[in-house]
Amino acid sequence: MATKRKPKLAVWKFASCDGCQLSLLDCEDELLAVTDAIEIANFPEASRTIIKGPYDLSLVEGSITTPHDAERIHQVRRSSKFLVTIGACATAGGIQSLRNFSDVNTYISTVYATPDYISSLQKSTPIADHVFVDFELRGCPLNKYQLVEVISAFLNSRRPNVPPYSVCVECKQRETPCIMVAKGIPCMGPVTQAGCGAICPSYNRGCYGCFGPSEMPNTPSLSIWFEHLGMNRTDLVRTFRGFNAYAEAFRKESEAHEKHY
Amino acid sequence: MPIGWTDEQDGGTYRLKERDDEALFGYQVGPHSWKKYLHPPRRRLWQAEMRDNHMVIVDDEPDYPRYAFFGVRSCELNAITIQDTVFTSGPYVDIGYRERRKQAFIVVVNCVEAGGTCFCASMNTGPQAEQGFDLALTELLDPNQHYFVVDIGSKAGAAIIKQVPHQQAQEQEHMAAQQAVAQAARQMGRTLDTRDIKMLLYNKYEHPRWDEVARRCLSCTNCTLVCPTCFCVSIEEQTDLNGQTAERWQRWDSCFTADFSYIHGGSVRSSASSRYRQWLTHKLASWIDQFGTSGCVGCGRCITWCPVGIDLTEEVRALRDGEPRIGVAIPTLDAV
Ligand code: SF4
Ligand code: SF4
Ligand code: SF4
Repeated sequence: MATKRKPKLAVWKFASCDGCQLSLLDCEDELLAVTDAIEIANFPEASRTIIKGPYDLSLVEGSITTPHDAERIHQVRRSSKFLVTIGACATAGGIQSLRNFSDVNTYISTVYATPDYISSLQKSTPIADHVFVDFELRGCPLNKYQLVEVISAFLNSRRPNVPPYSVCVECKQRETPCIMVAKGIPCMGPVTQAGCGAICPSYNRGCYGCFGPSEMPNTPSLSIWFEHLGMNRTDLVRTFRGFNAYAEAFRKESEAHEKHY
Repeated sequence: MPIGWTDEQDGGTYRLKERDDEALFGYQVGPHSWKKYLHPPRRRLWQAEMRDNHMVIVDDEPDYPRYAFFGVRSCELNAITIQDTVFTSGPYVDIGYRERRKQAFIVVVNCVEAGGTCFCASMNTGPQAEQGFDLALTELLDPNQHYFVVDIGSKAGAAIIKQVPHQQAQEQEHMAAQQAVAQAARQMGRTLDTRDIKMLLYNKYEHPRWDEVARRCLSCTNCTLVCPTCFCVSIEEQTDLNGQTAERWQRWDSCFTADFSYIHGGSVRSSASSRYRQWLTHKLASWIDQFGTSGCVGCGRCITWCPVGIDLTEEVRALRDGEPRIGVAIPTLDAV
C-alpha cells in the first residue's frame, strides 16, 4: 500500500446541512491517518484545491431535491469508482422529505416572494433512487467511527463492520437497562438500525430513529405497543416521521396512522 | 446494596419499588445476567501487525480477572453450569471462558420471594441452589431478627466463613430457611409444562402459532441478549487505515438478526416466524439433544425484557393446547 498511488477521495454535497461531511473533519485523532492513507482530492469544506477526477472513493451527502441535482448526481457517479452515501439525507431523503407528504408548491408560493425563481422537485429522494450506490452509511448525523470504519474497509478491500441490526443490541452491549421496559418510555430502538451506540436510551430518552429502519423492522407491532404505552395517533405519525420519514418502513407506518386521524 | 428495594416484573415491564422492610436481597433477577462477565459482549481474540512486510501475530496474553459473584440466584447458577457445558466440554474449549470461570467465587442467594416472570420451579433449577456454589445464603427477616442461613459449598467458601462472625445454625433456623424457599417455589409468576417438551416442539414445526407470534416479534434480539444461557457470537475483522495492524473481535450476536444466518445468497431464516421458531426450538428442544439439558432455566428475563412482552411460557401453552392465549391481555390497535 505504501508505494502505491494513494486512492483519491471526493466529498459531494446535495440537499443537506453539511453535518455529515463535517464529521470527517471532526475525526481529529483519525484525520491524520486518513490523509496519510488517502488523497483528499475534492472536498470544498476542507480545501479550495480541487484535483480532477476520476475518484476512487466518493462520499455523497444530501438528497436530490432539484432537477439540476438530479443531473449532477449522474456526473458524480460517472467520475467515481466507489460511491458511498452518507447520512439520512443521502440514504433516505432526510428531514426535507417531510415535504413528500404534502404539496411542495403550496410552500413555495407561501415562502418565496418570487416563486418563479424556484426550481424544485416535488419530492426529496435518496441518492440510491437515482444512481447505483455501493454502500449506504446511515445516521443523522452519521457516526464518525463508522465513517472511519467504512473508509478503512474500503482501503483494505474488506467488508465494513456496519451491522444492520437494531439499536437494542447496542443498548445491551453498553448495559443500559431498556427504558421502554423499565420506564415505559416509547423507544424506536427495536425498529431502528444500530450505529449511534444507543446514546438516547442511556440518557433516558427513547430512540428517535436517526439511523433509519433496521434490517427487518416490525413497525406495526411497535406501534401497537406505543399505543399500549399511551401514545395517540398524531404522535404515532410524528414518531415515524423524523429524519428518516421517507425510508419505506417508516413512511408506510406513518401513512397507516395518518389515515386514521 | 439495594437495601429495602424490590422489583415488579411482567411481560415487557420492570419497575423498582420500595419495600417496607430492610431486606438486602428483596428483589429478583435484574436486567443483566452474570453472562456479561464470563462471556463478555465484545472481546478481542487476537491481533496481528505488519513487520518488514510480514504479518506477525502479536502475543496477547490476557490477564484473566478473578471474579467474585455476589448474589447469584439459583436459576443463574444453573445457567452458568449450562454455559460451562457449551464452552468447555467437547473438543473446542473456549479458553477465555474457562480461565475466567475457573477463578470465579460464587455466593448464591436462595430466593425467598419469586418474581412475576419467574418459573425456575418448572425448570427444576430453583429456587434452592443445590450445588456448584462456594457459599449459599438464605436471607431471613422477621420483626425480631434479620439473619442469613449459610450453606458452605467449597473449601474456599469455608475459609471465608471462618473470617466472618457467625454461629452454628439451629434446627429451627434451618427449618425457617427451607420454609422461606419453599414459599418462593409456590409464588412463581409463570409456569411451563415441560412434559415431553422436546417432541412437542419438534412436532409443532408447522403450526400457525409461529406466524402469530411473528406478527408481534420485533426481531430486536433483546430476549437472547438478556438470556443467561444464549451464547451465539459473530466474528469481526478490523484493520487500521493504512493496513498495518489487524484485529479479530468476537461479539454477541443473536438468531434474531438476519445477518446471523446469512450465507451466500441470503439469510437462511428470513422470516420472523422462522427466527422465533429457531430460538424457542433450540432453547427447549434441540438444546437437549445438543448439550443434554434444557437451554432454559426459567429466569423469566426474556419475558420481562421483551419490549412487547412476548412470553415463551404462553407460546408453549398455545403450541401445546393449540388454543388461543389465555390470561394475558394483549393490546391491539382498535379500528385497524
Ligand atoms: S431502550 Fe430502546 S433501544 Fe434500548 S433495548 Fe429498550 S427498546 Fe431497545
Ligand atoms: S429462555 Fe428466557 S426464561 Fe429461559 S433462561 Fe433464557 S431468559 Fe431465562
Ligand atoms: S421475542 Fe421479544 S425480545 Fe425477542 S426478538 Fe422478539 S420482540 Fe425482541
